[in-house]
Amino acid sequence: MGTDLDIILRKYKQGKREDLIPLLQEIQDDLGYLSEEAIVKTGRFLGLSTTKIYGLATFYDRFRFFPSGKIQIRICHGTSCFLNGSQTIINKIKEETGVMPGQTTRDGNFSYEIVSCMGGCCNGPVINVNGQYHTHIKAEQLPELIKRLKYVIEND
Amino acid sequence: MEDLKTFLIDKVLMYESDTLSPETNKVLQQVRREKTNKPVIFVSTGTSSVIAGSEKTCSAIDTYIKENEPSAELVHVGCNGPASYEPLVCIQIPGKNKLFFRNITEEKVEPLLNGVFHNDINEDDLAGQTGTKGFELWSGIPFMDELPFFANQKRVILSNCGFYDPESIEEYIARGGYRAYIKAIRHYTFEEVCDIIERSGLRGRSGGGYLTGLKWKHALNTTSSARYLICNAKESDPGAFTDRTILESDPHRLIEGIAIASYAIGASNAIIFMRSGSDHAKNRLQKAIDRARDFGLFGHNIFSSGYNLDVIIRVEPGAFVCGEETALINTLEGKRGMPQLKPPYPTTAGLFGKPTVINNVETLMNVPLIMQNGPEWFRTLGTDNSPGTKVFAVAGKGRMSGVVEIEMGTSIRTILEDIADGIKEGKEFKAIQLGGVSGSFITDKNLDIVIDYDVLKKKGIGMGAGGFVIIDENTCMVDLVRYYMEFIRNESCGKCIPCREGTGRMLEILEGVIRKPLNEESGTTLERFKGVMQLETIASVMKDTSLCGLGQTAPNPFISALKNFRDEFEEHIFDRKCRANICRGLRTFSIDVDKCTGCTACAAKCPVNAIYGTRLQPFFIVEEKCIGCGICFDICKFSAINVK
Repeated sequence: MGTDLDIILRKYKQGKREDLIPLLQEIQDDLGYLSEEAIVKTGRFLGLSTTKIYGLATFYDRFRFFPSGKIQIRICHGTSCFLNGSQTIINKIKEETGVMPGQTTRDGNFSYEIVSCMGGCCNGPVINVNGQYHTHIKAEQLPELIKRLKYVIEND
Repeated sequence: MEDLKTFLIDKVLMYESDTLSPETNKVLQQVRREKTNKPVIFVSTGTSSVIAGSEKTCSAIDTYIKENEPSAELVHVGCNGPASYEPLVCIQIPGKNKLFFRNITEEKVEPLLNGVFHNDINEDDLAGQTGTKGFELWSGIPFMDELPFFANQKRVILSNCGFYDPESIEEYIARGGYRAYIKAIRHYTFEEVCDIIERSGLRGRSGGGYLTGLKWKHALNTTSSARYLICNAKESDPGAFTDRTILESDPHRLIEGIAIASYAIGASNAIIFMRSGSDHAKNRLQKAIDRARDFGLFGHNIFSSGYNLDVIIRVEPGAFVCGEETALINTLEGKRGMPQLKPPYPTTAGLFGKPTVINNVETLMNVPLIMQNGPEWFRTLGTDNSPGTKVFAVAGKGRMSGVVEIEMGTSIRTILEDIADGIKEGKEFKAIQLGGVSGSFITDKNLDIVIDYDVLKKKGIGMGAGGFVIIDENTCMVDLVRYYMEFIRNESCGKCIPCREGTGRMLEILEGVIRKPLNEESGTTLERFKGVMQLETIASVMKDTSLCGLGQTAPNPFISALKNFRDEFEEHIFDRKCRANICRGLRTFSIDVDKCTGCTACAAKCPVNAIYGTRLQPFFIVEEKCIGCGICFDICKFSAINVK
């Protein structure tokens, strides 16, 4: 893991302040989250204090500081999906997984996040499970879906 | 491939005369697939199509071609507009007009293609045909541009969307692309380009409506060692997807617009600032930039004009407020995306303190067309003060949804009744939400307003970035306002107090309105009324004192909802009733004594222990304790629970 980080850092030779966000994004794409080690190393590389970087990263929604679940669910909460009842979907997923958006379940299986618009407005509510879109989803279908996903993980 | 590249550069891009030679035109027709002797199948693959299942359709078509029609070609194109028709498949049989088929999911592929190739077309899936000169017509099939969805539109900047492979620069050049850019850098000075755009009267499409040419001149006239052009593709309003559709369907025209704009202000660095989470659009755009660089359209001394340009993509790390100009600049500088006080405007001191022009996607899409056809042509479109067209993302409860482009001066009624074809399932129309979280509601008495910057401004309605959400009677306005407020509360950056505290307080009060007070006896009822009375004051304070546009416009949905739907708010507050039956907290539940078997299932699940009774005898609900969560209603197997 440490070597990957060095490869990414080496790409940004000059190491300027404006490289900070692209750098963190790249680390997150690679690792899946921003680890403490990554933040400390980035700080040393750019000559910035760790608190500064942490302060910046927590300002933005997209950075996460814990590994995401094996199953990553994204729920569209745009106006159109909202009108079609995405709030009940969010509530149901909250109930099923027992965690808040952005968190990961203790077994490391599930995490979910709410996004503002995925672009499937006439097919709402839309959810995205590990890159796969599910349209016209109903709250009643979710327990079944989650059970099936759990089965897939456990038998992998 | 290499031959085609040199051919396109020498005979098309560098060709001095405006009209191309007949031989060149012949080759270009082939590149555009207008003269081909094999059947071509076009499938739209924008995000909305992918969500509707176009990837599966593509692989099914691929298998079919391999097995049955090896001569046919499958082309991935951008999005054509009608999202309700996705996955949209278009088939061109040699010598005949293109046929469009709607909602072609995986399982429909085989019967459809069998039918088309054996002259037995299934009318149910058919959407229409489009004509190309010299091609045979299909008799009895309507033209696509005669359908109400298209007939009332004026597709100018979207004219290429859905008709060519967005990953192929060759096709874009064959459609007349990049010639305006090459002409500009070889024959015009910076000022001349600014002049042309100013004369055309193009106004910034992101809502403010400032003259684009004038903005460029400000930046050009500021003495500096470097200048920057930023394309703001950070469209993160919930329910807006116009920019993304453009990026996915016609990235090359956007890049050309960026290149011309950069030249006009003398910038040698251009940045495209994209929203996160649209990887599909990002990949397509990156490919388009790489191809353009490969053709020598970017880099050092472009086409021996002495002009250098480099274009990069930056993805925003997830903050709504980053769409604001100064916050966007802070993000690009590697800081927290918080807005700053203006002036100085970015055109004098922007990115790294250098003059910077920030234009949005739609504005830049107009630029190549104006350069190609001249400012006078642009003036013929739209109204006197707002020339051109406007793109809207029509979504919500209309029968049709998708990306539409209308000429300025078109009435809102036309968009609602003709383009969107009215309300789904015969429901009653309630309102239109124009302009996303900072926009306002338009009710039936205002439907005849036309889309025009000055007309809308006079009415106090913001044009916004292009969200057009249709709302029907099944939507609770109070709940919708609460939803917008929740979004803004989460996205407020926290720099200035009116916005940070105001949004939080307004959300708190609105949440109080949509549920019953927990305790009738104590002061909560009084507090609730006091809160409601404060809402309007808070809204006006936020409007006057917030630092940036986000806070200033945050109360807009609330203010316009209160103006138009005051009775609905009052019903919630005084009668504790939600007419759309959306607000769960206002519902009351009771148990039907005849139906209840006393199974205890509801009593066991009730989170506040509001259900009492003896086993095997009818239970009852204590109304004062009930929080209206509805769990008992969902769990009862005997439908013994009534909702009111």
